[in-house]
Amino acid sequence: MLLRHTPKEIKQRKALTINPAKTCQPIGAMYAALGIHSCLPHSHGSQGCCAYHRSTLTRHYKEPVMAATSSFTEGASVFGGQANLVQAIDNIFTIYEPEVIAVHTTCLSETIGDDIPQIARKAEAEGKIPRGKYVIHVNTPSYVGTHVTGFSGMTKAMVDYFSKSNGKKLDQFNIIPGYVEPSDMEEIKRIAEVMGVRTVMFPDTSRVLNRPQTGKYDMFPKGGATVQALMSTGDSLATIALGRMASGAAARALDTKCKVPCEILDLPIGFKATDRFVDTLRKTAGINVPDSLSEERGQLMDIVTDMHQYFYGTKVALAGDPDQLISLTEFLVSIDMWPIHIVTGTVSKDFATRIREITKGVPHQVNVSTPGDMFLLHQWIKNDPVDLLIGNTYMKYIARDEDIPLVRFGFPILDRIGHSYFPTLGYRGGMRLLEKILDATLDRKDRDSPEESFELVM
Amino acid sequence: MTTSIFSERKDQVHRKGEQPFQMACDRESLAGAVSQRACVFCGSRVVLYPIADALHLVHGPIGCASYTWDIRGALSSGPALHRLSFSTDLQEKDVIFGGEAKLYQALVELIDRYEPKAAFVYSTCIVGIIGDDLEAVCKRVAEEKGIPVIPVQSEGFKGNKRAGYNAACRAMFRLIGTGDISNISPLSLNILGDFNLAGEIWIIRNYFERMGLETVANITGDGRVDDIRRAHGAALNVVQCSGSTMDLAKMMKEEYGIPFIRVSYFGVEDMAESLYSVARVFEDKDPEIMNRTRALVKEELQELYPQLAKYRESLTGKKAAIYVGGAFKAFSLVKAFRLLGMQVVLVGSQTGTEEDYRELYEITDEGTIIVDDSNPLELSAFLQEKDVDIFVGGVKERPIAYKLGVGFCDHNHERKEALEGFIGMLNFAREVYSTVMSPVWRFVPRRELKKSRRAATESKFEPGIAACSSQA
Repeated sequence: MLLRHTPKEIKQRKALTINPAKTCQPIGAMYAALGIHSCLPHSHGSQGCCAYHRSTLTRHYKEPVMAATSSFTEGASVFGGQANLVQAIDNIFTIYEPEVIAVHTTCLSETIGDDIPQIARKAEAEGKIPRGKYVIHVNTPSYVGTHVTGFSGMTKAMVDYFSKSNGKKLDQFNIIPGYVEPSDMEEIKRIAEVMGVRTVMFPDTSRVLNRPQTGKYDMFPKGGATVQALMSTGDSLATIALGRMASGAAARALDTKCKVPCEILDLPIGFKATDRFVDTLRKTAGINVPDSLSEERGQLMDIVTDMHQYFYGTKVALAGDPDQLISLTEFLVSIDMWPIHIVTGTVSKDFATRIREITKGVPHQVNVSTPGDMFLLHQWIKNDPVDLLIGNTYMKYIARDEDIPLVRFGFPILDRIGHSYFPTLGYRGGMRLLEKILDATLDRKDRDSPEESFELVM
Repeated sequence: MTTSIFSERKDQVHRKGEQPFQMACDRESLAGAVSQRACVFCGSRVVLYPIADALHLVHGPIGCASYTWDIRGALSSGPALHRLSFSTDLQEKDVIFGGEAKLYQALVELIDRYEPKAAFVYSTCIVGIIGDDLEAVCKRVAEEKGIPVIPVQSEGFKGNKRAGYNAACRAMFRLIGTGDISNISPLSLNILGDFNLAGEIWIIRNYFERMGLETVANITGDGRVDDIRRAHGAALNVVQCSGSTMDLAKMMKEEYGIPFIRVSYFGVEDMAESLYSVARVFEDKDPEIMNRTRALVKEELQELYPQLAKYRESLTGKKAAIYVGGAFKAFSLVKAFRLLGMQVVLVGSQTGTEEDYRELYEITDEGTIIVDDSNPLELSAFLQEKDVDIFVGGVKERPIAYKLGVGFCDHNHERKEALEGFIGMLNFAREVYSTVMSPVWRFVPRRELKKSRRAATESKFEPGIAACSSQA
């Protein structure tokens, strides 16, 4: 019993988070920045932050994750980190030669009040930023928001720094994919391509954090949104943003800055949310949905109908990020499963309302907490057990202690592979999610069935 | 190929044989470098967290707690309070108005709930800046709750990991001397600097037990607060991992007059020598101890050597690169590879001292690259230049090795096999063998490139030779 220290009785906690269902802003900013081609994320703070973020992203993606740090010392913390950042910019452009340095702050540099744009201007004035290269930034104090906020902030910074409009519209659409896997970004691009829509995706971590074995170490892999593509987003016909929390801010900024109209949608997890995405793409681009995509949808529906009796009444506990949880809950409810305990570490205003709305037909009490932690989730499960857990790797403690199957989904996944290569978004992603859910629940049924009711055909 | 080194870092890289030995180290990392180093907090956290019946509360924003939640497999044979993640999760208003009230409340709540034997409160960057008086809050809670509540001064920016080790040692030192030592054997010791990764401290304790020695406190693997409180009753401190707990050994020597010796449990030579040096300390008190130790080593080696032979046969002539946190581990690894017939062509660490690097210089072969505080670009260039077969490192190094098509062994906190002790040498050999000799490398571009180059130069009438060498 790894979590033997988790009691069943729930007491109000005021000053304390136990077993968080979130982490801090900078890692989200770092992940987003890796979705710019030839960009070196830069952590303006102590060395540890950068090391932790790189280690966590490395454990999740099993890929080299590059980022530099201002390596704050006691001196920098007293006198400010300007000298460190100017020197860092100089060193980075001299040795690593990226196109872009994407600076994010930390709680340390935020609290001492470093002004990043001012420091970047100073570096520029001193000739430390070569022509045609860029330093962009986002403020990511760790004591505000979560990793989702940091991701959203860096994505918006791409608009703030790069998006330009020269008044001449290009035949392309922007897609902001949200805080999802590289495989999901690839899948979204594929769907757009199948529909014949030209897109610019940002950030785009596909082929950055799910790249092939090449026998070479490329500091800057070939994936990622190029600076040129990012600049062109201001002339796109429209923006489709997936996930309100992660992508909404950038989409709205682009609308304000370059008058590119936007549609902010839920992440396309499951057939309903994917339908909305495909339909929006269809309407905005004025095209028809090709047969091949309709067939994909049909295949997903085929699995749903074939296996629906196994879904009914399956009680599920979920932990993760708001954008993912809203769509996932909708998907589960639409196939007759009962998500009854739902926790996110991220504060999201309309999250609870959305979840209540989506689950109002579920004939069981539904617990929602924003922000909540996995300790609370575990306590809920002890009081009202579930049949399945869906969430990140940290859920495996609960899974083991309570002997409940777990489907790994979300961030971080530190102990399994696949998530960066196979999507859970779109119709195909839905099929994969269902496969995982059915494998987990039916394996359990096989394991637990008494001999007389152990079935060959299911 | 050209190897990119920051010009400021030139004196932190040494190629043995090219010039007289000189090495700059213990230097702050260059701003802008993709350093593999971590912070003070990280150092403190890894040292203290294996104390399984203590409460570990991270006072700071959520990240510091999230990233250190059970990431290091420090096993416990009993309580597992250390595997939970507790954080005050500081928010903006706490940063403005101070986090002391929140810290007090969190501590009280946690101590009431878990009744731990002691509590460690880790300070983070932000706490250092906003100036929360950790000492005062801890003192108040300690008085109210009647358990030691110890602040760990681990603000991230106050140095690197090494400073964090020191903060952890100072924190533990406050516990030592508070327990009853009346029934401790004169033939006793503390194990310092072992974190019980993959159950390693259990192997070592077993050796000492067979030698007739009582282990008073594990510091800190599978550690217990009450044991640490009586650690001053031990006759000897046996210190592994030069950086992490050496400061504590020094403090205990000064305060309690307890002698210490440095040991390493990695590799056959160092493991045996460690046991002998411990035995020598107790020879006066127990004349038979050396015989028992010799018998132990003999027994273990008789079991080990025949099993090592087959690995050695395959691995002879292969090349290894080492980049680890502390340099002390690197010494043992160099010797361990030598035992396997392998050659170390690159060795480096995040936090080595000049003395450490000098020792590495002494024990390595001509041409070996010695490096301090390296970065991925340098490392990957060295790996390619030296055409290595295996890279030993930590989490951030692993994917670099794999991307290049090079085998890898985690000798850091993500190791899953015990690598200490005689049995650890066998596990190490198996792990090295499993990665170096893995057939997967035959299919990756690096080897295919090599194969095609070779095929072009070798006689086409001797396909057997080409095929054999391509398996290398």
